[in-house]
Amino acid sequence: MKKFGRFLARNPRISFGFVLILGMLLFWFVGMVTVGISKAVPLSGPPDMPPSAQYPLGTDSAGRQLLPVLIAGVPLTLEIGLLAGTVGLLIGTVLGFVAGYFGGPADSVIRTAADVMLPIPALAVLVVIASTIHTLLSVEVMALVIASLAWMYPTRTIRAQVLSIRSRAYVEVGRFSGETDFDIIFSELMPNLMPYLAATFVAAVGAAILAGIGLEALGLGPQDKPTLGMTIFWAIYYGATLRGMWWWWGPPIVVLVLVFFALFMIAQGLDRYANPRLRHAA
Amino acid sequence: MSAAYVIRRVLLFFVVVWAATTLIFFLPKLAPGRNPIVERIGMMVATGGVNASGMQAMVDAYQAKFGLDKPLWQQYLTYLADISHLDFGYSLTQYPTTVLEVIRTALPWTLTLLTVTTLLAFTIGSVLGALLAWPRSPRALHALLPPLFMFSVIPYYLFGLILVYLLAFQFRIFPMSGNSQYGAVASLTPKYLADAAWHSVLPGLSIILASLGFWALGMRAMMVGISGEDFMLFAEAKGLKGNRIFLRYAMRNALLPQTTTLALSLGTILSGALLVEVVFNYAGMGSVLFRAISAFDYFTIYGVVFFIIVGVALATLILDLVYPILDPRIRYRKG
Repeated sequence: MKKFGRFLARNPRISFGFVLILGMLLFWFVGMVTVGISKAVPLSGPPDMPPSAQYPLGTDSAGRQLLPVLIAGVPLTLEIGLLAGTVGLLIGTVLGFVAGYFGGPADSVIRTAADVMLPIPALAVLVVIASTIHTLLSVEVMALVIASLAWMYPTRTIRAQVLSIRSRAYVEVGRFSGETDFDIIFSELMPNLMPYLAATFVAAVGAAILAGIGLEALGLGPQDKPTLGMTIFWAIYYGATLRGMWWWWGPPIVVLVLVFFALFMIAQGLDRYANPRLRHAA
Repeated sequence: MSAAYVIRRVLLFFVVVWAATTLIFFLPKLAPGRNPIVERIGMMVATGGVNASGMQAMVDAYQAKFGLDKPLWQQYLTYLADISHLDFGYSLTQYPTTVLEVIRTALPWTLTLLTVTTLLAFTIGSVLGALLAWPRSPRALHALLPPLFMFSVIPYYLFGLILVYLLAFQFRIFPMSGNSQYGAVASLTPKYLADAAWHSVLPGLSIILASLGFWALGMRAMMVGISGEDFMLFAEAKGLKGNRIFLRYAMRNALLPQTTTLALSLGTILSGALLVEVVFNYAGMGSVLFRAISAFDYFTIYGVVFFIIVGVALATLILDLVYPILDPRIRYRKG
C-alpha cells in the first residue's frame, strides 16, 4: 500500500486520473445514500422541468428525474468499460502470448485473424449483434459483446512486445538454467510487460466505454437501465437540443468527458512511466 | 513498391470484406432460436400498413430465397451472390424502395462530410502539433494546447450536441439540423450547394474541433523525438534555413507515423461521424442507420453496415498503398 502511494506521488498524471474516477464513485455513493435511484423511471415527476430545488437536474420528456438517472448511469458506464476492457485484455493477452512466444502456425492464424478483424469498425458489427438480440441485452451481455470485438488491438501490441522481449539475454539465461515456458512467461516476461498491459488495459476500457456509449446513443443499449448513452439517445430522440433542454444531455456529457479525461491522464502517465524518455519531452 | 506487396494487400482487402459479410450473415442466426427478420416482417404484415400487399410480395420473395426449408449453406451462398452485386433487398419501412437506393442518396453526404473534415482535421492538427514542438513558433500558439486536448477526449457527437446548443440554439448563427433548407430539392446548383455547405458547417466543426487535439498531440510527440536526431543537428550546422529544416527535415519524417495512425483510426472516426449525423439529423448514412435501427429495418441495417465496413477497408487499403510512396525508406521490396 505504501509502495503504491509512493508510485502515485511520483506519477501525478496517474494519480490525477485515479482521483477523478474516485470522485465519480464518491458522487455515486453519496447520491445513492441521499437521493437514491427510485425516481430514475418515467412518470416520477412532471415532464420537461428545468432544474429547480425540487428537481435538482430537472426532468426529461418522459418525466424521469435526471439527477437519479445520472446517479444510476455512472456505475453502469464504468461497469461496461471495466468488464469489457478486462475480458478484451484477457483474450488479447492469451492470444498475444501464444502468438508471440510460441510462434509457428498458431502465430500465423492469430495474426491473420487480428489483421482481418482490425480494420472492421467494431461499432458496425456491434450494431448487427445488438439489433438482433436487443430484447436480451443487459449491461453484462453488452459488455461481453463489446469485449468480443476488443481483443485485436491488445493481441497485436502484446504480441509485438513479447516478440521483442523473448530474445533478450535474461530470458535466454532463464531458459538455459532450466526454467519451463510457464516460468519464463510468468516470472520473466509478465513483470516486464506490466506497464504495457496496464496501458493496453486503460486503452481497452476507454474504447469499450466509447463503443458502449455509441451503441446506446443509437438506441441499442440495455432497454431497462438508464445508462448515460440511453439518456443521450432519448435526448436526441425527443429533440432536446432543438428545445434547449441542456439539463437533459449536459450532465451525462460532463460525466463522460471526466471519465475519458481520467483515462487519458492515466494512459499518459503510464506511457511516461514505461518510457522515461517521454518525461523530458513536455 | 513491389507487385507482390500490392497483390497481398488487395487480397487482404477482399478477405476483410468477405469476413465482414460472413459475420453479417451468421451473427443474427446465432440469436437463440428465432429469426428476427422473419419475426419483424411477420409483425409488419400482422399490423398491416400502407403497403400490405407489397409486404406480402416481399415476404414471399424472402422466403423463396432464405426460407427455413433451405439448408444454411445454400442460404449463405445466395446471400453472398446477392451481396456481390450489391443487392440488399428492400427497405422494410420504405417498400418498394430498395436498400441500395436508400444508401445511394445518403452516401454522397457522408462521403463528402467525412473526407473534408478528416483531411482538414488531419492537416491542421498535424501542422499545429508540429508548431507546438518547434522552439521558434509563436508563444500564443501554446495557449491553444489545453482546450484542444480537452476537446479531443470528447466523442464528436457529444461535442456536436454542445455546439448545436451554443451556436444554433443560444446564438442563432447556424441552422440546427438537416442538410439544406426544408423542402429544397437536391441539385448541383450553386445556390443549393451553398445552402448544403452552410448546413454542414456545424457537423463538420464538431468533428474537426474534437479531433484536432488528437492529431496535434501525436504530431508533437513525433516532432519532439525527431528534434533530437543527428540529421537535425547536421542540417542546422550546415546553415539551412529554419523553414527548410522544419518542413523538409522534421515535418516530413514526423508525418509518416501520423499517416499510419490515420489508417488505424479510420473506423473510430467513421463511427463518430455517423453519430454526428444522427445528432444533426444530417441525411447521410448515420441517420439512415439510426432510423433503420429505431424501426428494426434489418435489411437496411445490414446494407449500411456492409457499406461502412467496405468503406473503411477501402480507405485503409488506399492509405497502405500510398504509404510507401510517402516514405522513401519503405519500398516494400520483399513485402
